[in-house]
Amino acid sequence: MSSFLFYTFAFLTVVCAAAVVVNKNPVNGAMCLLLSLVGMAGLFVMLDAALLAFVLILVYAGAVVALFLFIIMLLDTRPEHLKPFKAMTIAAAAIGTALLAIGGYTLFRQLPESAAPAHAVPTLKNYAEMLFTTYLLPVQVVGFMLLIAMLGVIVLSKKFAPVEDAS
Amino acid sequence: MNEIGINAYLAVAIALFVIGFAGVLLRKNTLVIYMCLELMLLASTLALVAFSRQHGTLDGAVFVFFILTIAAAEVAVGLAIIVALFRRRLTVQVEELNALKN
Repeated sequence: MSSFLFYTFAFLTVVCAAAVVVNKNPVNGAMCLLLSLVGMAGLFVMLDAALLAFVLILVYAGAVVALFLFIIMLLDTRPEHLKPFKAMTIAAAAIGTALLAIGGYTLFRQLPESAAPAHAVPTLKNYAEMLFTTYLLPVQVVGFMLLIAMLGVIVLSKKFAPVEDAS
Repeated sequence: MNEIGINAYLAVAIALFVIGFAGVLLRKNTLVIYMCLELMLLASTLALVAFSRQHGTLDGAVFVFFILTIAAAEVAVGLAIIVALFRRRLTVQVEELNALKN
């Protein structure tokens, strides 16, 4: 039963990720990214990380993909802007991807046989303990970084007075 | 856990990373490239969670929290840059954004 679930989620994740790459329309791509995230959240649940699956859906599906869709629709890139790929681009991308795939496959071959996983299933309490003891300083730093990112975005989105320049 | 070992999860993570990489190399729309970057980031989080589960330690899973936070901030800043770029150049296709060439 669980292997069936695993294959379903893995298939959903990988196929939708591939659909993000090949989709002509960025809106469809964002929707495929959303589906891929759902599959990924399922994999997280199967790894006994239900909290992370929840956070993934909340942050990615709720914020990131929504922001992507918003920006795609705001910019409204016209389909007639689509130019055919150059043969060089395709060849370069294929070679680069093949190299990375070979590297990944070699790495995968080196892996030892999967041993039985550790038995302790982490609970919410364990996460909280780690976040507020061992990782207290990183949590503060990340919070401060979020603030800086927010300020940066506000500055970036400000409309500046038009500047006379060469372009 | 179940009869599915950690290797299967790592295989999925590697496949996702390769797919995202292919997208970054192939696509010309900046927004799609950005989505493929997110895919690569997600592949690394999947590997982290799998390793964390395998070894019964929580450090990897806690690290995923930080990755998700950073990713959210990164997306906000990146999309703001793309919007600012679009305002100025009226395009998001990478081959037309060649102001630094020559």
